Amino acid sequence: MSKYGLLINYDYCTGCQSCAVACQQEHGFPAGKCGIKVTEYVYAAVRKPVAIDFLPFPTELCDLCINRHQQGEEPACVKHCQAACMAFGSLAELVEQMEVTPRSVLFSPR
Amino acid sequence: MGYDKGVEVFPTTTWSAGAGCHGGCGQKLYVKDGKLIKVEGDENASFNQGRSCPRVLALTQYVYHPDRLTTPLKRVGKRGEGKFEPISWDEAFDICEDKLKSIRDEFGAESVVFAQGTGRDVGGPISYLCYNYGSPNWVQLGLSGQSCYTPRLGGMKATMGDFAVMDAGQFSAKRYDDPEYEVPKVIIVWGQNPPPTCSDGFFGHWVVDCMKRGSKIISIDPRNTWMSTRAEHHLQIRPGTDGALALGMLNVIINEELYDKEFVDKWTYGFEKLKERVQEYPVDKVSQITWIPEKQIVEAARLYAINSPAAIHWGVPIDMNPEGTSVAQAIAHLWSITGNIDIPGGNVIARPSHGVTTYPYSTEELVGLYGQDLVDKLNKSRIGCDTYPMVKGFRGWAQPDMAIDQIDSGKPYPIKAAWIQTANILGGQAARAKFHYEAMKKLEFVVVIDLFHNPTSMALADIVLPAATFAEKDSFRSWWVPLGVMHKTIQVGECKSDWEINIEMANRLNPNCKYQNVKELINDRLSVAGVTFDELVEQGSQAMPSKGHSSRPYRRHEKGLLRHDGKPGFTTETGRVELYSKAFESWGVDPLPFYREPAQGPVNTPELYAKYPLIMITGARSHMFFHSEHRMIPWLREKDPEPYVEVHPETAEKFGVSDGEWIHLENDMGKVKRKVRVSLRVHPQMIHTLHGWWKPEMKGSEPDLFGVWDYQINQIIPGPQDSGSGFGGGQYKTTLCKLSKIKE
Ligand code: SF4
Ligand code: SF4
Ligand code: SF4
Repeated sequence: MSKYGLLINYDYCTGCQSCAVACQQEHGFPAGKCGIKVTEYVYAAVRKPVAIDFLPFPTELCDLCINRHQQGEEPACVKHCQAACMAFGSLAELVEQMEVTPRSVLFSPR
Repeated sequence: MGYDKGVEVFPTTTWSAGAGCHGGCGQKLYVKDGKLIKVEGDENASFNQGRSCPRVLALTQYVYHPDRLTTPLKRVGKRGEGKFEPISWDEAFDICEDKLKSIRDEFGAESVVFAQGTGRDVGGPISYLCYNYGSPNWVQLGLSGQSCYTPRLGGMKATMGDFAVMDAGQFSAKRYDDPEYEVPKVIIVWGQNPPPTCSDGFFGHWVVDCMKRGSKIISIDPRNTWMSTRAEHHLQIRPGTDGALALGMLNVIINEELYDKEFVDKWTYGFEKLKERVQEYPVDKVSQITWIPEKQIVEAARLYAINSPAAIHWGVPIDMNPEGTSVAQAIAHLWSITGNIDIPGGNVIARPSHGVTTYPYSTEELVGLYGQDLVDKLNKSRIGCDTYPMVKGFRGWAQPDMAIDQIDSGKPYPIKAAWIQTANILGGQAARAKFHYEAMKKLEFVVVIDLFHNPTSMALADIVLPAATFAEKDSFRSWWVPLGVMHKTIQVGECKSDWEINIEMANRLNPNCKYQNVKELINDRLSVAGVTFDELVEQGSQAMPSKGHSSRPYRRHEKGLLRHDGKPGFTTETGRVELYSKAFESWGVDPLPFYREPAQGPVNTPELYAKYPLIMITGARSHMFFHSEHRMIPWLREKDPEPYVEVHPETAEKFGVSDGEWIHLENDMGKVKRKVRVSLRVHPQMIHTLHGWWKPEMKGSEPDLFGVWDYQINQIIPGPQDSGSGFGGGQYKTTLCKLSKIKE
């Protein structure tokens, strides 16, 4: 799986936390354990005096939903992301995609 | 799919208990051996296209929570002592029947109030029980000025004869790919940060979908939010002044002749009078009132007016303005004079899907269900009807501020009992929450139907009945679109659905009840759609109205699809969009929009403002919670663990409070605990805090009541409502307060 990753277009991430709860449900993680953590950034900025961004970060517990992948399904976080701003794929594909989606971040969790 | 043998997947529609929300999305329930093991978004449901919010993804933790109420309970100790004993359903129904009958015999049916919270599926069953019992007093008890959607509905009804919503393509199963659909070029997002929830039947992230497809945003919000930071224009408005802004924008659009002349000529009534009225609101004056720079008001008005299609999506702050109905009217005028009514990507007329009534939203629907005679009869004694003609003429609610005053005073007639269904009044919506608590303790008999104990059930209930989540019940939903059904896939304890409970009670209280069971009722109500409950389940739980049906856009006023007589036009007296409202005229309300200052604030109460210099905004949404729910759900609570107050860094310095510190928010009504979050999200003269806080992990019995008097923000929100129509003006966003240190 090492050549797969998650691409997150954080310009559209609304901080809704569906990714996190979807991950906990999928893996049966109790509260306190999660494959992805969402952090909020509020800072003085350029486009507007204040910027608010959210960034989901795949933790050590992220296994890229290997079970789902084997069943031909998207990772739980990607499927449920309410802003549809997450993508799963091979790193090569995702890098290509990244060229056209500014304010994105590519994670290679495994 | 099936990771495991024996897993069955049931697509269903959501509404209320469980996720808590106003519902509409399609979710797939994974059930194994009668147990819900997982929830996934249904990719065949066009509403959400496979997506899910965190609350519905946490459904398994909600459904099987150890604190779920699972049997009927009878209070055995004193009220508030927290001593309850399980009883059978038969015994519970018997007690309720006896009590409610004897109260009706002695004091009349009007002496029982039937109380609910927000626009949840309980509106159908509770109004059914209320009407069958014969009480006129169906009420959103505690919700000052009915300040949640009803004022907006009233403003729209008075203008257009119908309701309207932003068109995000939700009326077509093909959504954004439907060739008939066009994405709004500009969206005014007025008083909402849509992502955290699906308010009023609108999936919040639809706005995000439109942004990705090119929509520019004008965000009107006193706070910096995810939405405002991505907007073309962010109008950082002073809370409670939206009416002035709407009039100022109308002023620009009319005086600069940016309106749609053809539409105005052909389809509206009273334009000249409106034109005259808006002259009272020149931009410089509006700028002073709203704290928004003149240039921004003008630019935003132009951007909205010259782009077509353009849409307005709005939130509950509109209702909470003084004279919320009038503010809604002014905003409806914006989409009317720019010709954005019922066109793709504009504001489209929204009617219950397929003409099916679940939760009656209008007087017409109530008459359809219960007949003109009963509605007229009940209007005679309904609380508020004598005082407010609009309360009498629009929808079927008792006026909530007057209802609690009457519960307290017993005048003009005594209120003896309350049937409170999935509404945590004391921990949630009640402004003047302590007054509600004191007054409601006087009630002789209180039934609480809920899924968890909460401050309201603990403080007041004599009988507690355990309700079901959407996964545990047969029900139906027609709030705009889609037409959807919930169907029972699991059973938890002895829980019953609100429909089951209320149909059983209704049959006991009215021997001439129309329905014996839930399926009968649903199938009868679905008959206008030409479909049965089982057929909808079979089809995957949802259906869209077909083209040419009066509940499906577009341009229905041109096609004669709106009016009963089949003529082109709107369902108003004049057949036109009434910029000068005949309905308001008949209700003694100003037929034209106007602005009035909030009850408290720098302008109206300068002395109070000197003492309490912060405008407190409450009532925004967390992604994690629905109002006062979900605090006990581990996956959700860990992501929003404490009741925070957002304080601007300068304000924090001024009051000497620091990030993470527990403080009090205080005014003459009392003080409430909050944890400081120093943040640039808020304006220096405002603070923002979430409502609905209580702590299920604290003791439930008196005096603790799960910490409600520590955390319930609405105990420092005054009442009654600040509006002349009876609708609007709950002071949830304009109350003044200060920060004070907690002295140990
Ligand atoms: S890919 Fe799977 S494991 Fe990784 S964060 Fe997403 S849901 Fe969790
Ligand atoms: S689900 Fe999507 S939008 Fe929501 S927090 Fe995660 S990445 Fe962001
Ligand atoms: S809030 Fe929205 S996504 Fe969540 S259950 Fe309700 S309708 Fe569905």
